[in-house]
Amino acid sequence: MTTLTDPPKESFRLSMLIYDTRYRSMTIQVVALIGFMLLIGWLVNNTAQNLLDLGKEPSFSFLGEAAGYDINQRLVDYDNQNSHLRASFVGLLNTLLVAVMGCITATILGVIIGVLRLSKNWLISKLMTVYVETFRNVPVLLWIVFTMAILIETLPVPRSFKGVDVGAVVVTNRGIYVPEPLFSRSLGDIHLFGASSFRFDISLDLIAFLIALALGLFVRHKINQRAHRIQEETGIRPTTWYLSLAAVAVPVLVVLVTLGFYLGYPEFKGFNFRGGTHMRNSLIALWLALSLYTAAFIAENVRAGILAISKGQTEAAAALGLRSNRIMSLVILPQALRVIIPPLISQYLNLTKNSSLAIAVGYMDLTGTLMGITLNQTGRELETLLLGMLIYLLISLSISLVMNWYNNRVKLVER
Amino acid sequence: MSDVFFVRTEMLQQQAPPSTSVGIVGWMRENLFSGWLNSILTVVSALFIFFVAGGFLSWAVSPTWGATSLTECREILAGHEGACWGVIRDRWVQLLFGFYPSELYWRPILTFVLLAVALAPVLFAEKVPAKLVYFTAAFPFLMPWLLWGGSIWGPLAAAAGFVIGYFVYGAVVKAAGSLAGLIVGVAAALIWWLFLAPVVVDLLSGTVSIGLEAVESRKFGGMMLSITIGIVAIACSLPIGIVLALGRQSDLMILKSLCVGFIEFIRGVPLITLLFVASTLLNIFMPPGTNFDIIMRVIIMATLFASAYMAEVIRGGLAALPKGQYEGADSLGLNYWQAQRLIIMPQALKISIPGIVSTFIGLFKDTTLVSVIGLLDPLGLSNAIRADTDWNGVVWELYGFIALLFFIFCFSMSRYSMYLERKLRTDHQ
Repeated sequence: MTTLTDPPKESFRLSMLIYDTRYRSMTIQVVALIGFMLLIGWLVNNTAQNLLDLGKEPSFSFLGEAAGYDINQRLVDYDNQNSHLRASFVGLLNTLLVAVMGCITATILGVIIGVLRLSKNWLISKLMTVYVETFRNVPVLLWIVFTMAILIETLPVPRSFKGVDVGAVVVTNRGIYVPEPLFSRSLGDIHLFGASSFRFDISLDLIAFLIALALGLFVRHKINQRAHRIQEETGIRPTTWYLSLAAVAVPVLVVLVTLGFYLGYPEFKGFNFRGGTHMRNSLIALWLALSLYTAAFIAENVRAGILAISKGQTEAAAALGLRSNRIMSLVILPQALRVIIPPLISQYLNLTKNSSLAIAVGYMDLTGTLMGITLNQTGRELETLLLGMLIYLLISLSISLVMNWYNNRVKLVER
Repeated sequence: MSDVFFVRTEMLQQQAPPSTSVGIVGWMRENLFSGWLNSILTVVSALFIFFVAGGFLSWAVSPTWGATSLTECREILAGHEGACWGVIRDRWVQLLFGFYPSELYWRPILTFVLLAVALAPVLFAEKVPAKLVYFTAAFPFLMPWLLWGGSIWGPLAAAAGFVIGYFVYGAVVKAAGSLAGLIVGVAAALIWWLFLAPVVVDLLSGTVSIGLEAVESRKFGGMMLSITIGIVAIACSLPIGIVLALGRQSDLMILKSLCVGFIEFIRGVPLITLLFVASTLLNIFMPPGTNFDIIMRVIIMATLFASAYMAEVIRGGLAALPKGQYEGADSLGLNYWQAQRLIIMPQALKISIPGIVSTFIGLFKDTTLVSVIGLLDPLGLSNAIRADTDWNGVVWELYGFIALLFFIFCFSMSRYSMYLERKLRTDHQ
């Protein structure tokens, strides 16, 4: 009779740490971890020693000191007696401003160019190819300084507008002046975060406007739903365009009239323009260059996305009797969107990171304030760079989080 | 069937297509004027091209090639709008080489010619003799020596470290297995580099001094600087990127999180902040008293930057491989490294070629950022040239020339990647 026995229990030997695959992965990880710790320890030790030799105690207290420099393009109030922290906050808002503006225009331009590049019109598609190749193969920094040079060298000086009726928008080589929305019966501002460095004001007029707009859009949505229901039941869709228009326009107009809305036009006074919103050259150059540069990449992504949709979709849509631009907007683009979004996320990230090149044209973004002038004035390389990198990291991570959430929402659910 | 009272018995003569649908007219109707929207677009873009090209040509065709200053250009042009090409004639050498001593120009030129030779076995594998790969291996040590000059013993000692490590590995691997061999080999090379090499180099350069005239880093500039940083960073980032990608794909939790942390950190911050780290912080991280070269520091940060992007590109290639390839390698009894070397990597790298090349193009374009931290790449030089009173105010010619240089390099690289994709495509077409 044979008996089934377990194989003899192997006792643990030290060599098994290397030769037994069960333990080897553990060994490798522990060795890697120890190596990493040693590296970090070595770096920290060196840094501490070097800082001690230089007589610099690592501390973030410099953020509370007066900054002493001016920032001319800003979204919130600031003067040179405010703290470095406040200056960095202004810089951060400027970074976000140009990033958001850039992403919007780059997306619009990119989609148009990507679609036109596939156009059957030979001249247009060749023109778009030239555009894409030119912008993709030349460094973005060169485009930024080039755009800045164009704005400064080719646009008229403010003085040349003296005594001329300028109208609403003035384009000068010091920047562009656009009308500014003003309210004669303004509700005032809410002051957030009191007197801290992160204080900022939100206009109540703007909030009222947005609420009215949201209300209008909600009512329009309801009207459309009702029209849809009636169409399902009777087969006849009631005419709703005037109702929809009124639903959106009336609340907005009521709010604007009650608050006494008017536009503040730029006026020539002394040596320069007053009034209106002044967008400085540095902002415009950076915004334009980043948008045009990123649009070339987005156009390629859009083109790839459209080409990824099988030809059968186009043919089926054509068989249903759709015209070619409706095929594009109703059938192809919605499907291509799913392919386009993941690379689009990384283009947005690139644009945001490239906005740090603002330093080349003197736009005061986070790099220009915290990692530029603040660094030079306080001599705190370690603290400013760590803080700056951390903030950029947070911005990048939040962009990818939001866009990945959106991507998951529109993604095709398979099986 | 009785209703049918007419049946054609002979075929109609085939007719020529209408003259509006063939030839140049037909092509234009098809491709330029197929509907009113298309016609408008065509006309608008034709006008656009006409005005832009016309304006550009009348500006660019300008007899100012011989001018020696902007004032002279203005005299030649006599009030007309036009380019001042004299600045390019005067300074193109500087835009290519920076302030590198002019009697030593042969060294960077030779370096880049040899670079082409060294790259040939990698780029055009089947068209060159296989032996050339030894030269490729030696080139990383030859290149810094040619560019920076100095004693030959330093690069030779650095190369000797690899040779020593290789032989020690070979000796130990037979006795004690591959992992032990690897550890002992690396240790031997490290001991050589850290303790023995400096002594040996001192001794040798004391007795036999063979060397080239040393050139300081701050004399580097222009396109030469961009290419040097780009090439070195990309060459170093490829192996690091492969290791990081494998680490990110591996099952080892700690290794994986280290790799993910590194990759996401580098990809989350702009290159310019890393360059600030290179220019201000890197010396603080090193042992007290270290003060190494600014170009070296920039190359280190650019390498780290590129390797994170490279890792993501290669991870894409690894993820695109069907799982059957991994399982097939396992079932053949290959261990991890054999499977990677023989089965996985050749395919994954092939898939990632477009991504690798576009990472390279991106890095090469990003080398212009070093002008922000004060290195004299072409863009930094353009400011230096404008600071000269002769050329104060010249903008378009310089930017145009620099843009053209970058365009030529980047465009040819992207075309090469397309060629490579076509060549390596082995599936059915």
